Amino acid sequence: MENIKISFDIIQHDFSKAGEASSNIKKVLKQLGIPSDTVRKAAVATYEAEMNIIIHSEGGVIELTVDVDKVKVVAKDKGPGIKDISLAMKEGYSTATSEIRELGFGAGMGLPNMKRCSDCFDIQSSESSPTIVTMIIYLKKAND
Amino acid sequence: MVKILVEELGLEVVGGANGLNNKYTGVYISDLLSWVMAKLQPGSIWITIQTHVNIVAVALLAEAACIIIPEGAAIDENTISKANEEGIPLLRSTLTAYQLALKIKELSRLE
Repeated sequence: MENIKISFDIIQHDFSKAGEASSNIKKVLKQLGIPSDTVRKAAVATYEAEMNIIIHSEGGVIELTVDVDKVKVVAKDKGPGIKDISLAMKEGYSTATSEIRELGFGAGMGLPNMKRCSDCFDIQSSESSPTIVTMIIYLKKAND
Repeated sequence: MVKILVEELGLEVVGGANGLNNKYTGVYISDLLSWVMAKLQPGSIWITIQTHVNIVAVALLAEAACIIIPEGAAIDENTISKANEEGIPLLRSTLTAYQLALKIKELSRLE
């Protein structure tokens, strides 16, 4: 199978389109016949990344790559970066405003959810620089 | 089936009527979207007081059977159009989330 690559632009504070990239990624993975548990993990991880870019960043892009043995989702934003990554990874910690929390976001579970759904999870960031999150989910063979 | 739930509980079908044949397996109640994404079991009825458009994406991605808005809360117009577009049943009741859960439990005992 040839690698499949798709990318989606994510706009800062555009709540009207929130979830579109992850919904599209879910549809593509389903069409490719990827097992449903893998599709769900990839969809949840992508949704959280998408919401993080919309809520916390200055906008960015989500790239999906599918090859024979894995699904890879890379979320890159334009900043402003994360000062303390270990704190940001802590379940329940959030910098979301009260307005955002009233909408049901900002539970402080985005990054932990992404990590939980991925077989490989990497986050690169520092203050005043872009954040790059890489998530890989391996495709198990039928006879594994 | 969601259709039976609608009839038995007298729910108002606000949107997503083409998903009424979805089967449900349980109930999940939460208004924190990331919590729902992490914990909702596929096929669950999702009861939430959130009514903005993003609940449709959450229901779709977490594979909820339907969304029930309790206590007659007002629902955004774009949430209704999105539910229609995606075929996620968007239902409304005057009951509280707790009363709904009790009634669904009672219904499952009768089935």
